[in-house]
Amino acid sequence: MTGAEAGAGAPAVRGKVLILVAAVVVLSLVAGAAVLHAGHRAAVKDRTQAGGPPVAAGPVTLGPAAAGRVVFRNMAYGPHRDELSSVPAATPGGKRTASGMRCLRFYAAGGTGICLQAVHGPLSDSYRAVVLDSALRERARYPLPGIPTRARVSPSGHLLAWTVFVGGDSYAGSDFSTRTGILDTRTGALDASLESYRAVRDGQPVHASDINYWGVTFADDRHFYATMGTGGRTYLVRGDIAARTVTTVRTNVECPSLSPDGTRIAFKKRVPGLPADAPWRLYVLDLRTGRERALAEPRSVDDQVVWPDDHTVVYAMPSDYGSDLYTLPADGTGAPRRLMTAALAPAYLR
Amino acid sequence: MYVADSRGTPPASAAPARIRSGRRAAVAPTVLALGSVSLVTDISSEMVTAVLPLYLVTGLGLSPLGFGLLDGVYNGFSALVRLVGGHLADRGGRYKAVAVFGYGLSALCKPLLLLVGSLPLIGAVLAADRTGKGLRTAPRDAMISLACEPATRGRAFGVHRAMDTAGALLGPLAAFLILRFAVDGYDAVFTVSFCVAIVGVLVLVLFVPGRTLGARGGGTAKATASGAGALASPTPAPPAPADAVSLRAALRLLRRRDVRRLTVCALLLGLATVSDSFVYLLLQHRLGVSDRWFALLPLGTAAAFLLLAVPLGRLADRIGRWQVFLGGHLALLAAYGVILSSWHSVALPYVVLALHGCFYAATDGVLMAAAFALRPATIAPQAAGGDAR
Repeated sequence: MTGAEAGAGAPAVRGKVLILVAAVVVLSLVAGAAVLHAGHRAAVKDRTQAGGPPVAAGPVTLGPAAAGRVVFRNMAYGPHRDELSSVPAATPGGKRTASGMRCLRFYAAGGTGICLQAVHGPLSDSYRAVVLDSALRERARYPLPGIPTRARVSPSGHLLAWTVFVGGDSYAGSDFSTRTGILDTRTGALDASLESYRAVRDGQPVHASDINYWGVTFADDRHFYATMGTGGRTYLVRGDIAARTVTTVRTNVECPSLSPDGTRIAFKKRVPGLPADAPWRLYVLDLRTGRERALAEPRSVDDQVVWPDDHTVVYAMPSDYGSDLYTLPADGTGAPRRLMTAALAPAYLR
Repeated sequence: MYVADSRGTPPASAAPARIRSGRRAAVAPTVLALGSVSLVTDISSEMVTAVLPLYLVTGLGLSPLGFGLLDGVYNGFSALVRLVGGHLADRGGRYKAVAVFGYGLSALCKPLLLLVGSLPLIGAVLAADRTGKGLRTAPRDAMISLACEPATRGRAFGVHRAMDTAGALLGPLAAFLILRFAVDGYDAVFTVSFCVAIVGVLVLVLFVPGRTLGARGGGTAKATASGAGALASPTPAPPAPADAVSLRAALRLLRRRDVRRLTVCALLLGLATVSDSFVYLLLQHRLGVSDRWFALLPLGTAAAFLLLAVPLGRLADRIGRWQVFLGGHLALLAAYGVILSSWHSVALPYVVLALHGCFYAATDGVLMAAAFALRPATIAPQAAGGDAR
């Protein structure tokens, strides 16, 4: 291993330089090939694939006229990849109408949409949240401190919430945290981070530096549920925007999603004994009885589910296109069924 | 980004030894070679660091939450690995062998990232990568120290740290240029990072002499043969068998009053040093820096560090390392003072970041330069503390 002798003569140095130059040439070729290959692969995603879902450009709206449709991020390869698209909820396999608006994450309710998108800067990407009106026009935009992962809108369309990942920037760092913001579109009041709320656990205030919040779901324009993580555990918390407090409800609940009638919460739960890279199963918690029930999805799900109605949940699973949507009864019966290919972040308009 | 989080043995008032007459390059070729290794390796590792969160979330569709639980535990382990690296290198003066192993291990982790697709495995690969980094830090600093005249050590470390930081600034740039060309081309980033890392290992193997003379006196170490021109010296240096260093000998160091006293001083100063992110968060709160600019704050520190490393290293050689080391902490204190003061100006963030970078430039390499002045004849400072890459 200790190859180089101290103070080797000039001929030896020339040999070493030659070795280094040769190695740099070879490695440059390898590196260049890798970049070109990746570039080619990226180009493929811009071409429509045979057998993919049909997509065509057209108007997409979020207002009452669009009730009964589902708006989502289209992930099918082709010119409309990553655009907000819409299909009738009754025929999810039908022709998709693509809006031209690109989003990484999306949600809509009450005629208001939230679109979390990437902004390609000269040196790096940044992210922003864009508030959309019912015609998908931009009402406001807010810079985001990290990579978008969750977005929700209150049923009235007045409140928005988002969660982003803020990555550690230390060498080989793995210290990730989340920031969850809540925005009132009526006043423009923005809580950039729920960490400014008072957290209460078992009647006691929680003071911990490692508190993270993610996955807000709104009950109304004042109350919400979310996940609080601290000390290696996760809690379902109920939040009160007026009082600026969050109160723990129970443990081991992530990415809650409130049913339209407000009686149940679908969530992902870490089940002991599962592999560390696929630790979650879908559950539904009945808020009246406090009983939780496992859903009939044998795979690990990492998504905040949506409720198309009071009896069904829809969620994303990784796939060839990036993500497919699956559906399942919310009472624990049945079996998962693929609803749409190449789709993510659906919002059912009511 | 660059975070120096551990501190080694503090310096004595290192009176620079008289410089031997003879050939003296401005900076020893070995130092430049090691600086190149660090520069190239930093480009490689920062490429990965910059895109990793994005890769986990968008490339793999994972939730990296709870991933950070490893971190605290691992940082403790990292300090231990650094001690082990220093100890292994000291035994028989195998600095180069340990450094090659450390750099090589980190290089091999890059292609592994292509093969693993789950958080626990990625965590394991990152842990191995950091282990390599921990192992190589002390022997690399020992080699820098042994390669130059004691009186110019501060400048040598300054040059090395400046090159190192330049790599840290170039890495993210390279990564995002690749992603700009190839959307979602994370595999390309990792492959290029691997190729770059291999170049670093090759430069180390080819151009850094092995078996430097390990046994040197304390503050008045003579320059090693290798230091007088690794690439051009016509006579090979005979490898001097250094005495095996036992852990007990290392611990005995702590019985020496000067070492003990200064360790306590450094610990106290270390306690006063709040983590980097705290400085940036304070700045953000104070200025209402938007999140978009927040990510650029560490770059300001790095730029100041890059510019000041060499001049402050030379200053340390001239007026004494202990003084500069202390001055660095005063700069940090001044930075906090500026943040917490009521001073309003557009220049405020620049001043704070310049002071913050000055703190690194005056402490990181300078501490290493000084630590070597304290060691007994048979021991290079184990696990020298700077966290440069």
